[in-house]
Amino acid sequence: MESIASFLDQYGALMAQGTVDSVVMTALSTAFAYALGIPLGVLLVLTAPGGLHPHRVLNAVVGWLVNIGRSIPFIILIVFMIPATRAIVGTSLGVAAAIVPLSAAAVPFVARMVEQSLSEVDEGLVEAASSFGASTAQTVFKVLLAESAPSLIRGLSITFITLFGFVAMAGTVGAGGLGDIAIRYGYQRYQDDVMIAAIVLCIVIVQLAQSLASAAARRTDHRLR
Amino acid sequence: MIHLKNLSKTYEGRSGTHDALRDVTLHIERGDVFGIIGQSGAGKSTLVRCINLLERPTSGSVVIDGVDVTVYEGKDLRVLRSKIGMIFQGFSLFQQRDVLGNVTFPLELRGVSKADARARARDLLSLVGLADKADFYPSQLSGGQQQRVAIARALANDPKILLCDEATSALDTLTTHAILGLLRDINEQLGVTVVVITHSLSVARQVCNKVAVVDRGRLAEAGFVEDVLAAPRSEAARLLVEADGVIGFRHADSPVIAKKAV
Repeated sequence: MESIASFLDQYGALMAQGTVDSVVMTALSTAFAYALGIPLGVLLVLTAPGGLHPHRVLNAVVGWLVNIGRSIPFIILIVFMIPATRAIVGTSLGVAAAIVPLSAAAVPFVARMVEQSLSEVDEGLVEAASSFGASTAQTVFKVLLAESAPSLIRGLSITFITLFGFVAMAGTVGAGGLGDIAIRYGYQRYQDDVMIAAIVLCIVIVQLAQSLASAAARRTDHRLR
Repeated sequence: MIHLKNLSKTYEGRSGTHDALRDVTLHIERGDVFGIIGQSGAGKSTLVRCINLLERPTSGSVVIDGVDVTVYEGKDLRVLRSKIGMIFQGFSLFQQRDVLGNVTFPLELRGVSKADARARARDLLSLVGLADKADFYPSQLSGGQQQRVAIARALANDPKILLCDEATSALDTLTTHAILGLLRDINEQLGVTVVVITHSLSVARQVCNKVAVVDRGRLAEAGFVEDVLAAPRSEAARLLVEADGVIGFRHADSPVIAKKAV
């Protein structure tokens, strides 16, 4: 117990800061990624063959862009995007700077996730909505997004957890966070206690995110009761 | 009321073209319960979907109350559709909305206030006998109850026309009977013109006053239900009636069934 107390005394503030940084980076980049990813996912579904507004060219172009985005390894994206990051947030170091490549990496991922969730919605429901005179916007919001809410929430937890892993990589370019702490203290200074503490915190955060999302998905899903 | 003139619909597929409808002309009058019968793939669904333009005919025109609606787009089309109710074989209820929310859906689309929409939905649920199920979700209801909700939803905007796409095909005999009774009531009491797609002659007999027989995209014949089913003039209608009779005959006289009955 004494050793834990002394560890907390020495590294408590550091670990707390790392946890906050990791969670903030993950949450903000998830939010930005959805802000762009949802419209892209909707666009992919609407323009798909047999969609509400089939458009072969637009669908193919958006699909290619999304695939290109997903092909670039994240660690390379960070470096590649440094000029863009500087232009957007004024620096290429720190939490704010990490959010730019994190969001960029997640947008195509989210677009595919949203596309997947929306395409699971029964086509009969879209047809029914059309038969009552629903506009495209009404169909998107009241049918596609509303009916796939549980699936979207499950996708959200996958995105969050994937980005949480990416944040550790962003840590290597001075973004901070638990991954950064684990590398600097645990690996480079052979401080196993710090390494283990960082890993334990990561596990707790991921479990917590998954449990919350699963509970929320269950609560919103009225199909199985 | 509904005048379909020389409707043709051709699908362009990878394996060539497919004529779903070929030069179909049909007149459905106000107050009819009009059956569209025929085998699977005959073009019944396509024909009925042309009425609310879920399918756009390749040629020909759809005239409703004297107005050619075939070219309707955008807002005009949405207004037209809001006045034509539709129910489906698989019910197509929104799974994440409760029963009341399903019935208010068409009203929400038109921007009806929440309070008015809910009041109207409760009236409709009483009409279909489900007043006590407003807070349930579709997954908690039986097939017959789900179709009742779908009927209430289809009636939300006071349609003059109700399209029924194989609405009882997923239901058992007794439930089918009850749903057909409800459709008949809606026709008689609310004056709604009903168009029923069915492959079942017994459904046509129970609920329709007129039928049209569709065969490989063509209209084989149309007329009063008792005339067409008693004295079919077309080959397609004759085959349907005969097959129906054979099935009835087997049920009555099959030695296997007779043995079981003993």
